[in-house]
Amino acid sequence: MKISWFRRQQYVQVKLEQKGEVGALWVKCAGCGDLVFRERIRENHGICPRCGAYFFLTAQERISLLVDESSFQDVSKPIVAADPLGFVDRRSYVGRLKEAQEKTGLRNETVIGRARLGGCPVILAVTDFRFIGGSMGSVMGEQLDHGMGMAARELRPFILVTSTGGARMQEGIFSLMQMVKTAAARRDLERLGVPFVSVMTYPTTGGVLASIASLGDITIAEKGALIGFAGRRVIEQTTGERLPPEFQTAEFAFEHGMVDRVVERRKLREELIHILEFLPVRQSQ
Amino acid sequence: MRIDELIAELQEKLAELKRLTRDSGLDASPQIAELAEEVARLSLGRGAWEQVQLARHPSRPTTMDYLGLMMDDFYELHGDRLGSDDGAIVAGLAKFAGRTVVVVGHQKGKNLVENRIRRSGMAGPGGYRKAARIMGLGERYGFPIIALIDTPGAYPGVKAEEHNIGGAIADSIYTMLRLRTPIVAAVIGEGGSGGALGIGVGDRLLMMENAYYSVISPEGCAAILWGDRSRAREAAAALRLTAHDLLDLGVIDEVVQEPTGGAHTDPQEAARSLGEALRRHMDELGGMVPGELPGLRRSKFRGMGICEGAMPVMHEQGGE
Ligand SMILES: [Zn+2]
Repeated sequence: MKISWFRRQQYVQVKLEQKGEVGALWVKCAGCGDLVFRERIRENHGICPRCGAYFFLTAQERISLLVDESSFQDVSKPIVAADPLGFVDRRSYVGRLKEAQEKTGLRNETVIGRARLGGCPVILAVTDFRFIGGSMGSVMGEQLDHGMGMAARELRPFILVTSTGGARMQEGIFSLMQMVKTAAARRDLERLGVPFVSVMTYPTTGGVLASIASLGDITIAEKGALIGFAGRRVIEQTTGERLPPEFQTAEFAFEHGMVDRVVERRKLREELIHILEFLPVRQSQ
Repeated sequence: MRIDELIAELQEKLAELKRLTRDSGLDASPQIAELAEEVARLSLGRGAWEQVQLARHPSRPTTMDYLGLMMDDFYELHGDRLGSDDGAIVAGLAKFAGRTVVVVGHQKGKNLVENRIRRSGMAGPGGYRKAARIMGLGERYGFPIIALIDTPGAYPGVKAEEHNIGGAIADSIYTMLRLRTPIVAAVIGEGGSGGALGIGVGDRLLMMENAYYSVISPEGCAAILWGDRSRAREAAAALRLTAHDLLDLGVIDEVVQEPTGGAHTDPQEAARSLGEALRRHMDELGGMVPGELPGLRRSKFRGMGICEGAMPVMHEQGGE
């Protein structure tokens, strides 16, 4: 397929509901500028019913979009981020973590679960961008290691859906090392012949792209995803290059051979079910 | 800076003691150990930013400088076999301490002309693919691998993105995790983020005393978290990126001593010091069963990270 033009998908972060705040029933869509009833967007899997622009999905919304009804069993490790460096910038890392936990109701940015897709048992891992940019620190590394370990033991295909800005820089060198840690855990899947499908959504960048997200047997980009290693501004500043508007979109990644397919959000579930039909599923019980 | 002078003074004493030990045969090892510990302790509190400046010093020895000084022979190999040969990474066969080894390393240029090819050691996808290819060659013949890290980071450019720089780094990391031969990596200057890690997955990781290793450049971190690039000094301190920091955090295995004032003041001495450390670690690893190394390497990295509520688990070592 030759793509000769690109439509830029507009992304809007759903303004997060603050505790006790009223009047958050309506959201302004940056795609069409209309005020849209929040519940309508939620029912529509985070897609603007008027113009088709995508909103961020929370981990919970992403999970319910994908799995068979009431098949999801959260098996995440009960861990939270430590502050190994005692990191303080304009704010403390501890403060940022606390705020993220309150804002999202999540302990950390990664959710791991046993689930079924079209009846097929899988291990599903999802990252939530609202939690400090879904960035990868020691906790994400440990959760993914745990999830892949479980997938390998139970011979369930491993599905990873990323929405992440890259490394959790407040954890310094430890966050960098998670790139190796997750790649090392991935090796167990290969040794045992357990399939790994990587789904890149908006955004999948930096250290996560340069490690686990790029190591799938099959790699799917959700339409409208942002996929890239270096940030636009860094590239412009370092090289003075002018960046094309379609740069680092899902279509860009597809055109340059980085992903197998680009799939619309509303077709993602059936796409994964279809993929699983080809792959070995030898669940051990 | 007073503390720097004090460290310099102690280092001079340390060097003198070592010289004395070598020349006279007197055993001063307890004193040497004590002094080295004192230097390490003081260095922890030293300005991380000054350390970053030293790591970036324009006349700091590069990978090729070290190879020239440490190796009996170096035969450079070229190309990723996929359409490019990236000058920001050099790789090849070398004779080191009487045996054949494979070397890969980032290569900075010494001037603008050289850096047209070297891009200041900022490798693109072709560089990581070349490195992975040549490390694979080493594995085929059981040659140990030495990786010398010196990069501000992977090259941020349109071409690099088009050719999947993220995937190339991921693949190189993955390759290094399954190679059966010993791998010793050393940060000799800048250890810039994923670009450094792309050739940095070793059984042992060493750092030269004035090198740094960080998830993001201090400038980049300052721009994002402080909203101001000029706060790089604070960011450098917060990131804990010096060699002694990383030793303290348990991420590296050894700090390789540099001549007083930095490696650029005496490249021969720096190369001797680095060569001695590389050789020692290679010898230790050489005594291990090759089939066990990949499993041990993976366990080591799977144990990295600090969370609350659970300790990192020790993993059973699988085979290759
Ligand atoms: Zn709209």
